[in-house]
Amino acid sequence: MAIKSLTVNGKRVPVTYNDPQIPLLYVLRNDLGLNGPRFGCGLGQCGACTVHIDGAAVRSCITPLSTVDVNKKIVTLEGLGSPGKPHRVQRAFIDEQAVQCGYCINGMIMESAAFLAKNKKPTEAAIKKALANNLCRCGTHARIVRAVKRASA
Amino acid sequence: MNIQISRRDALLGSGALIVSFALAGSSTGAQAQGSAKPLALTEVDSFLAIDKTGKVTVYSGKVDLGTGITTALRQIVADELDVPMNRIELVQGDTLLTPDQGKTWASITIQVAGMQLRQAAAAARLALLAEAAKKLGTDNLTVADGVISAGGRKKVSYAELVGDKNFSIKLDPKQPVKEKLPKDYKVVGKSTPRVDIPDKVTGRFIYMQDFQVPGMLHGRVVRPPAIGAKLEKVDDSAARRIPGVARVVREGDFLGVVATSEWDAIRGADALKVTWSKSETLPDQAKLWEHVRATKVVKEDTTSNVGSVAEALTKEGTKLRKATYDFAIHTHGSIGPSCAVAEFKDGKLTSWSASQATHDLRKQLALMFGLSLDNVRCIYLEGAGCYGRNGHEDAAADAALLAKVVGNPVRVQWSRADEHGWDPKGPPTLVDLQASTDNEGNVTAWDSVFYIPQAGPELNVGLVAADLAGMPNAKVSFPGNIFQLSAIPYKFPNVKTVCRRLETTPLRPSWIRTPGRMQNTYANECFFDELAAAAGADPLEFRLKYLDPADKRGIEVLNRVAALAKWEKRPSPNRSASGNVVRGRGVSYTKYELVRTYVGAVAEVEVDRTTGRITVPRFYITHDCGQIINPDGLKNQIEGNVIQTVSRTLVEEVKFDRSQVTSLDWVSYPILKFPEVPDIVIELIDRPTEKPWGAGEPAAAIIPSAISNAVFDATGVRLRSIPYTPAKVLAAMQAT
Repeated sequence: MAIKSLTVNGKRVPVTYNDPQIPLLYVLRNDLGLNGPRFGCGLGQCGACTVHIDGAAVRSCITPLSTVDVNKKIVTLEGLGSPGKPHRVQRAFIDEQAVQCGYCINGMIMESAAFLAKNKKPTEAAIKKALANNLCRCGTHARIVRAVKRASA
Repeated sequence: MNIQISRRDALLGSGALIVSFALAGSSTGAQAQGSAKPLALTEVDSFLAIDKTGKVTVYSGKVDLGTGITTALRQIVADELDVPMNRIELVQGDTLLTPDQGKTWASITIQVAGMQLRQAAAAARLALLAEAAKKLGTDNLTVADGVISAGGRKKVSYAELVGDKNFSIKLDPKQPVKEKLPKDYKVVGKSTPRVDIPDKVTGRFIYMQDFQVPGMLHGRVVRPPAIGAKLEKVDDSAARRIPGVARVVREGDFLGVVATSEWDAIRGADALKVTWSKSETLPDQAKLWEHVRATKVVKEDTTSNVGSVAEALTKEGTKLRKATYDFAIHTHGSIGPSCAVAEFKDGKLTSWSASQATHDLRKQLALMFGLSLDNVRCIYLEGAGCYGRNGHEDAAADAALLAKVVGNPVRVQWSRADEHGWDPKGPPTLVDLQASTDNEGNVTAWDSVFYIPQAGPELNVGLVAADLAGMPNAKVSFPGNIFQLSAIPYKFPNVKTVCRRLETTPLRPSWIRTPGRMQNTYANECFFDELAAAAGADPLEFRLKYLDPADKRGIEVLNRVAALAKWEKRPSPNRSASGNVVRGRGVSYTKYELVRTYVGAVAEVEVDRTTGRITVPRFYITHDCGQIINPDGLKNQIEGNVIQTVSRTLVEEVKFDRSQVTSLDWVSYPILKFPEVPDIVIELIDRPTEKPWGAGEPAAAIIPSAISNAVFDATGVRLRSIPYTPAKVLAAMQAT
């Protein structure tokens, strides 16, 4: 059993592990109780597990713990905002009711929040391109695009 | 009492209420014989409770599969009872607490369960008013926010009247109690925001996949690499060396690893060296349709028979047209793989899962483990979107089997490959159609045959773990009511529609959104379009010509979708289409199951004649499901119907070899991505004084045919095999 420190949602937290190759997703969900990032495929194909590392949208299901250290700032959906004080992208998803089951929505919000931080007024086509590798099965796409557009305004 | 109050229950505040019921009832504990709370569909107390603080709890046997139904059901109760939305809690799919209202399927939650709830609420309101009249000495009463007033300071609250006590009121479906008049509804018909969304977008919502109980271990199942393969040998020495691996479980051909952490369970499963027997039970996929056609027919269901088709088809001077349509095998493809937690304690099994039918799952688990029903409790927690019977029940069986062997509660979440490979599938559908027309293009006879799997003796899909472990299980899996909409809404003089029920189908079948209704409507609405084109008629006009003139709502839906889409009257194909990328439009129509929700659709498509690629820039939908409970929630469902079904029409197909499914991830089984998603223009027809009907499925029924008809309009080429991959489009264009 080994131990290391991570910086998650602005706090320094210790984590213990047997295998340094354990994907960050399992550490966040099962050890730190952060359920925002979700297991979808474990292959980096669907985006449900997306978190921010130093502001970039990263697939935590294929990010080994060994590649992350205390100097990297990890932010999850919980760290982005709360029901009482949502991030503007979260607020826009509520306003547009851009959820069906909501299982993919973590990825949609984390991916678009990182995207909007660098692209102030994206076109609809640019938003769709930015989310092209995030999968939604319920068919909430139209609302998600409207929500991202609203958050960018 | 033996109830694990989940974190979610605690968050919802429903935990306290569940306990209060148990305290008010028998002292032997909630899981004992005859639970404290009534569950019969004929008792108001089965559906509703009001506590001392005035909080209303709704008990719903139907569950939220990601559709927002828990908000809509609250709206129905809030309005009927005159209580604010935020005073209503909802407990869903708990076999100890919620009545058995059947599976959450077939687009009937609002239509059936919602109306049961409305009746319960109306009965409760009448009883509360009667009680208040006695107390206040007048029956000139008004209700607002759960308080009954006689004017001035004379008032009494629901909480004072009934708080924590039972209503003890019977419900009789044959003698419905009087409900509010539709004009008095204030919450029904409004786009009330969904109650679950703030928590879902901030990571606070507890999904099934997040649920934990104390002492819980993590299980991982190792499925055979071939359907029907036998487990010959397991070398678990490497797996056992992994710290955290607690146990390797083998029961017959069922194999699993249990560990203290999820990752250790995954590593343990990967480290097993397993020898399986060879098994090749599947047909050659390249010859799937020959296989389907050659499968033994166990019975024929004639779903409509008008006039004499045989006579009309052979009448001299008639023109005969024939076509065969096929629709690929699809997987549910929930974004979160199936997950469950199970606990055996004192001979009782508690199962937490995202099953759409916890009451049925309870029966299946009781059968599998030889338990009495009283000793099994199944509790629903929302999972990733569920579009029919996917893998949740199987994960529940996996978790229960592992928990029984190891003695601890066990959580199982499937891998992506488990989900794509082992969830039951939407069966392949093959349809032969023929029709005769006279010299003017009038249809004189319609004759169709559907090749679809038989329905098992019960409405459930068998459990994988029970089969692998050799435990009692359902014999034949149920494919859903896939005969529906084999019959047509059009009035031809001679019509015969027959479903040939096949003894087997290549993969374990179940129902996926709009089961059968989608495939059957696809063939019917495309073939109808063929007849319109052959007659040189506008396809929308041709539909109006053959609809029952008395069916005014159907006619209105078609006329309104024509206006919405600015439909240009002309026959298909569009002769003016030229260039590499050609555009077309197609129409389709359904009256769902011929008795309810009306939907009209117009698709606009573009076909690249060089690459064979179809894109769908826009869909127009006109939708009449009667009384609308939540317009925005309804639109959300319609959008989902359209997008998911564009995906199923254009890109989805389960691939398999002779042994097993081979499309085990999102690359080999792709679904539609953002840049390919159409714009959707929706017109809702609200009919506040009519019954509310379902909306979770009907629109999906007409998406494939609308696309197909639009492709014909654009290219003059008729596609008859779903999915419409570029290769199939190119081949069809070359053949023409």
